[in-house]
Amino acid sequence: MAMRGEQTAVRDGLSRDVGTTGRAGIAARTLRSDRWWRYPLATVTVLLCFIGYASYAALANRDYYADPYLSPFYSPCLAKGCGAVPGSRWAPHLGWFGTWWIITPAVIILIFPLGFRLTCYYYRKAYYRSWWRSPAACAVPERHQNYSGEARFPLVIHFVHRYFFYAAVVFNVVLTWDAIIAFDWGGRFGMGLGTLVLLVNAVLLWLYTLSCHACRHAVGGRINHFSHHRIRYRFWTVVSKLNPYHGVFAWASLVWVGLSDGYVRLVASGTIHDPRFF
Amino acid sequence: MTPDRSVSTELSLHVWRGDADSGGFVDYAVPVDKGEVVLDTVLRLQATQAGDLAVRWNCKAGKCGSCSAEINGMPKLMCMTRLSTLPAGPVTITPLRTFPVIRDLVTDVSANYRKAQEIPAFTPPAGPVPDGYRMDQADVGRSQEFRTCIECWLCQDVCHVIRDHEDNKAAYSGPRFFIRHAELDMHPLDSLDRRGLIHGQGGLGLCNVTKCCTEVCPAGIKITDNAIIPMKERAIDQRYDPLRLLMRRWRHRPGREERPDAH
Repeated sequence: MAMRGEQTAVRDGLSRDVGTTGRAGIAARTLRSDRWWRYPLATVTVLLCFIGYASYAALANRDYYADPYLSPFYSPCLAKGCGAVPGSRWAPHLGWFGTWWIITPAVIILIFPLGFRLTCYYYRKAYYRSWWRSPAACAVPERHQNYSGEARFPLVIHFVHRYFFYAAVVFNVVLTWDAIIAFDWGGRFGMGLGTLVLLVNAVLLWLYTLSCHACRHAVGGRINHFSHHRIRYRFWTVVSKLNPYHGVFAWASLVWVGLSDGYVRLVASGTIHDPRFF
Repeated sequence: MTPDRSVSTELSLHVWRGDADSGGFVDYAVPVDKGEVVLDTVLRLQATQAGDLAVRWNCKAGKCGSCSAEINGMPKLMCMTRLSTLPAGPVTITPLRTFPVIRDLVTDVSANYRKAQEIPAFTPPAGPVPDGYRMDQADVGRSQEFRTCIECWLCQDVCHVIRDHEDNKAAYSGPRFFIRHAELDMHPLDSLDRRGLIHGQGGLGLCNVTKCCTEVCPAGIKITDNAIIPMKERAIDQRYDPLRLLMRRWRHRPGREERPDAH
């Protein structure tokens, strides 16, 4: 046990700031004793898993349609080649890219959800902390010598988030339609486990998109006189209630969209049988 | 595992003592009672073992923002940190690491007050206001959250933009003043367009929205979500969004009317 006022700890060497800025000379980079590394570690792990799976699923170019389920990674299918590969027979397509598009049609559309998430304010926090470690956690110093944040190119390009938000709304409409037609079993109303999977996928994507900060700004955040814009104020209030859960929706929708593709893939390849509820 | 500090016991305190020239950690064993906060322990230490310990405090109720320090490496108010919430083992207390130390746990936070002086005050429109100054709750709701700031400077302390990069201090207002900018910019009767100010002089672009300011705020202000990100979006309206730039040029209204969207 330490005696009264006894200086048992070795006096720390002065940090590089002392003498120039007058900060307390504390050598330890951080004195946090909790497990602050859990968040960046979990973030890196989940993102790496998703990037790995999504790359495989997008490049596989097969097993993405099992009537009436279309994988969200391939929807909307824009090339005429959709339906011509194994595990995709009769897949609906818009045909905008004709027959000349011969590689996987997933790459045409994945750029939009990818861009939306890459520029999302929540994901920015997640990957700045986990990949850039700028900072890895609060009060844990970063190791970069210079820092310009989002003030310069290329990170200033994040302003395009609002355009990706509008694109995400369009994609949500398409994926909601996919969930609706998943009730169509050859002209009869029915429901299988895949219908439920696609339905949950659409709901989570809407929650993630509508809780977005760019959405909050667009519906009313840029207004100062809310009392003069009652309807927009109502919209802003609703989005503001969703907004604190934006991070939760971000992870849930990311994981679920991967699971949705995985489920359709397993059914389309004949690995599992889709249980029918009615 | 959280220790059982619900009964009287003895706590091992690891306190940084020193000034700008030299300093280091000193270990103390201090008796504590159930339900106490860190500040109780520090004041008992000062009263019984270290009479020369410098510590700044005032209200002991989380309202004055005086007793800011770093407890086990995290910026916190000493008066609002219950011992029972800390993990087992010694408790480490240091002064705020972003600001110059004066002595022991007291730092010189005057740079923040100089930053405050750089922000133009509320600027009402010239002449009489049509509806007077009666305000609708819908118009002041957002600003009211920002008015709960107690200026403890924990958000300024934890912000890595200046904590890890001393050279950014001159060009960066910091989270506390971003909410001040936001409070005024969102005010229906403020006639200044503050978007250029917060982006230029305030250095808003340096913030990478990692939300540490929000995590440490003892007033529970959602600094990043409710002030910084909305101001980033407003700055984008003004500076970067090509469609809005075209729209503004097309409407072409002078002065305050350049942002009809805000009204």
